[in-house]
Amino acid sequence: MTKSRSALAHHFDNLGQQYEASTLGMWAFLLTEIMFFGGLFLGYAVYRSAYLEGFIEGSHHLDAILGTLMTAILIGSSLTMALSVHAAQVGHNKLLVRFLLLTMFLGVAFLSIKGYEYWHKYHTHMVPGFTFHYDGPHPEIVRLFLSLYFIMTSMHALHMIIGLGLQAVLVMMAWRGRFSSEYHTPVEIVGLYWHFVDIVWIFLYPLLYLVG
Amino acid sequence: MEGYFRLFPEAASTIAGRVDGLFGFLIGVSLFFTALIFALLLVFAIRYRRRSEDEQPPQIESRDWLEMTWILIPLVLVMIMFVWGAKLYFHMMNPPDGALEIYAIGKQWMWQFQHPEGQREINELHVPIGHPVKMTMTSQDVIHSFFVPAFRVKMDVVPGRFTNIWFEATKPGVYHLFCAEYCGTMHSGMRGRVVAMRPTLYEEWLRSHVRGEPMASIGKSLFEQLGCPTCHRADGRAPSLVGLFGTTVPLQSGATVTADESYLRESILNPRAKIVTGYQPIMPSFQGQINAEELTQLIAYIKSLGQGQEDGS
Amino acid sequence: METTSLTPRIHYLNADYGIKSWLFTTDHKRIALLYLSSITLMFFLGGAAATLMRLELMTPQGDLMQPETYNKLFTIHGIIMVFFFLIPSIPAVLGNFLVPMMIGARDLAFPRVNLLSWYVFTLGGLFTLAAMIAGGVDTGWTFYTPYSTAFSNSYVILTAVGVFITGFSSILTGLNFIVTVHTMRAPGLTWFRLPLFIWAHYATSIIFLLGTPVLAIAIVLVGLEHAFGIGIFDPALGGDPVLFQHLFWFYSHPAVYIMVLPSMGVVSELIPCFSRKRIFGYSFIAFSSIAIAVLGFFVWGHHMFVSSQSVYASMIFSFMSMFVAIPSAVKVFNWTATIYKGSVSYASPMLYALGFIGLFTMGGLTGLFLATLAIDVHVHDTYFVVAHFHYIMVGGAVMGYLGGIHFWWPKITGRLYPEGWAKFSALMVFVGFNLTFFPQYVLGYLGMPRRYHMYPPEFQVLNVMSSAGASILAVGYLIPLVYLTWSLRYGALAGSNPWGATGLEWQTASPPPTENFEETPVVTQPAYSYGSLGEEGEVHVD
Repeated sequence: MTKSRSALAHHFDNLGQQYEASTLGMWAFLLTEIMFFGGLFLGYAVYRSAYLEGFIEGSHHLDAILGTLMTAILIGSSLTMALSVHAAQVGHNKLLVRFLLLTMFLGVAFLSIKGYEYWHKYHTHMVPGFTFHYDGPHPEIVRLFLSLYFIMTSMHALHMIIGLGLQAVLVMMAWRGRFSSEYHTPVEIVGLYWHFVDIVWIFLYPLLYLVG
Repeated sequence: MEGYFRLFPEAASTIAGRVDGLFGFLIGVSLFFTALIFALLLVFAIRYRRRSEDEQPPQIESRDWLEMTWILIPLVLVMIMFVWGAKLYFHMMNPPDGALEIYAIGKQWMWQFQHPEGQREINELHVPIGHPVKMTMTSQDVIHSFFVPAFRVKMDVVPGRFTNIWFEATKPGVYHLFCAEYCGTMHSGMRGRVVAMRPTLYEEWLRSHVRGEPMASIGKSLFEQLGCPTCHRADGRAPSLVGLFGTTVPLQSGATVTADESYLRESILNPRAKIVTGYQPIMPSFQGQINAEELTQLIAYIKSLGQGQEDGS
Repeated sequence: METTSLTPRIHYLNADYGIKSWLFTTDHKRIALLYLSSITLMFFLGGAAATLMRLELMTPQGDLMQPETYNKLFTIHGIIMVFFFLIPSIPAVLGNFLVPMMIGARDLAFPRVNLLSWYVFTLGGLFTLAAMIAGGVDTGWTFYTPYSTAFSNSYVILTAVGVFITGFSSILTGLNFIVTVHTMRAPGLTWFRLPLFIWAHYATSIIFLLGTPVLAIAIVLVGLEHAFGIGIFDPALGGDPVLFQHLFWFYSHPAVYIMVLPSMGVVSELIPCFSRKRIFGYSFIAFSSIAIAVLGFFVWGHHMFVSSQSVYASMIFSFMSMFVAIPSAVKVFNWTATIYKGSVSYASPMLYALGFIGLFTMGGLTGLFLATLAIDVHVHDTYFVVAHFHYIMVGGAVMGYLGGIHFWWPKITGRLYPEGWAKFSALMVFVGFNLTFFPQYVLGYLGMPRRYHMYPPEFQVLNVMSSAGASILAVGYLIPLVYLTWSLRYGALAGSNPWGATGLEWQTASPPPTENFEETPVVTQPAYSYGSLGEEGEVHVD
């Protein structure tokens, strides 16, 4: 059962044009996201090259096992997202919904582990600006490293939360039969966005968890 | 000189004339093109003004040779500006050897100067004419900027690092010193006077001006008080500081670094950042124990250990 | 064609009534007008700040207000004028209105995103105004660290949040324009038949997308550092205050091209129309817009020649900065050549366009002074810089904006404004502007620093001249407010093409219907086909 009641917006001439516009729009938006995270990565690079030892020390205070687990979960969620896009392309509504829910589940799992990490850091007084206390070597640099860690991962987490919100909307739309093999553009562009969020993490993971 | 209305600043340093010369060239080029465009626009607007509603002017196509001409000529002109400006800038950024070193500390909202023999000044800087002066500057709080319009020099004064600028005054007189980087409430009030004097008068002033201890000597006391000689001595656990300043230091990481003021500062406040080859990372940090002024004094002392002098034991 | 009367019965302004039809509109033309109201308000707020500043500067002493007050005034003047006036002005008002029309489309690619961008802009503006009312911010619009992060006691975070939010409205607008131009051009409208206004907005949108996010992160870091002392810009904690300058200027230099490129696009429309000649060197002007946008990303360090940046980095930045001047020169020459042997009208939009060319030339040339290393050492952070950027932004960008507003006013409102008053205020603006800002070049070379509320007495004469000019300029800006508003009710009806201009927007009614065109146009001519005027049927209707 397909419904293209208002799939074609009034200002477009045909679905092809609309699809082209939506996809180009998402790619353009992701370009801005690259620049946004790029600024953070630049700051990280500048300080890492100046203070490598302190960064190594700081990285040791992150749990690489949890980091690896989170990476695996996120990559898995990209897989399920790709599968949901494919399901949409062939018009399998039920499968689409299931894979979307699975993606969301994995995303929530990722965020839960991250939440646990943050909570743990807070309890061990390792959150700069909140009763930070550190007795080991290179204290200012470890503090700087952890500041970067929190800023970069929370920005990433924020983007993930937005992604989950978008996926929830997709689930609702799919449930109401808004997608078909002719029209499933929103699924594709949310897929693009989610893959991007995944790629950002793929860079964050070694830079934060695997230094030294 | 202060006080009276003028349209062009006084030129009181060796590079002022050269900067003004380059400025003159740019003014010339700008006047030419401004006049050209204004004239063309005026002439065209009048000569080709619409005389009747159904005029059909010729639809003229562009010519590539014309486009290339008015790309290449400006390109040549700006390249001249670049090369001339870059050469002069390079000269301005490289103090000559033997320059008189004066330390400056900028803080909200005043200037503190220290002559090598220990004379201190607040918001006033006495310098000799005919002799290069190199300013070594740091800030105690926010970014300031040391600006003497009559000398055509300016350099930001940044917390956490040392910056340099040099000049050679040519005319005796009193010149404005301005802070040129917005630094808060009394930024406009962070001004001073640079007093350029003939060398004999300058010597007299040095002798008569109330003098504290020379920077290097205060630095030496600090060096001892802080316990530095424990490791920094002949056959000590730490690299020798004798003749260190200005040399190239090999680091454990394989890289090298020049032992300038910034390196010395970093080594005192964040010693683990760069470890010298063959030494252990055991130096404690003095972050929080010394202020910008004391840091400057320590560095002055280390610099005074130039070549072949006794170290601090 | 059925519209024989001057004004159509139903058009986008009366198609629907009530405040909800405006606040929930997705019509790009209505959104343009929403933006017009917001930025006009912001312009006069920023102008009020400037007025107070110039009043203080009439005397060498700080005798009109507290130093903190002056510092807050110049800060809010900069923030409002840059982020809430100049950057949105032409793109969000004229761009939003005209981009779809010029390419024969019914709307932008993402109409709801367009409306969202206005709400985001407004929200950011509210935060910033709240900061102003709460007590103001005194860091300068440049927010240099560590002053802004560790020393200022003013509303840094509130302002930073406002600017951060507003940045997203730029990103959304840029995104919309790029996708629209790529995917929604009318049949026959190839890239090289596009009006140069479109090329200019396309180039501007590239900068919106690539530059704004970096500002966003710079602001986030300033806010976090101010709130939590994370240490990224604090030397005591291992941070580097100059890193902020790199992040800030990486956006803020391209931002100045955001402010001027659209204005150049306007001029490229006005000159051909009022010379009745096709533009000279179309592809050179088109490519120069792209060149400016791209090259503009490689020059940010020319704001940092005396910041303790390495001498070699400074040399590279100076070299690249020289290059970015060339495409602008190319435009000026091509515009001038367009007027040659044309049929020149002195209509007020043309006066603004001519003013733009003259003043932009002067401002652009003084940019070379700043790009020249040895000279910049002397004039950096002085009134020379202030004069330079006001020549470009006010003498250039604002005059282009006013020229565009006047030119397209009949299209937007269906009305003509009183031409005599328009000419008079254009002249007042030109005279007032030069009197205000030319003395500042002299002050700058003399050594008067920026952001000073008190100064040595020998600078007074020039300051008084500047303040006097500002009063004339202010009047010049206020007059259009009056007659443009007057024209809404009492102006003569305009008809679809009162200027006899080419361009698809003139082929439809004034004001246009909501869907812009009765039928999608098909384009068979290059842009600016003024030679074929009198043969109206060149634009075929599907």
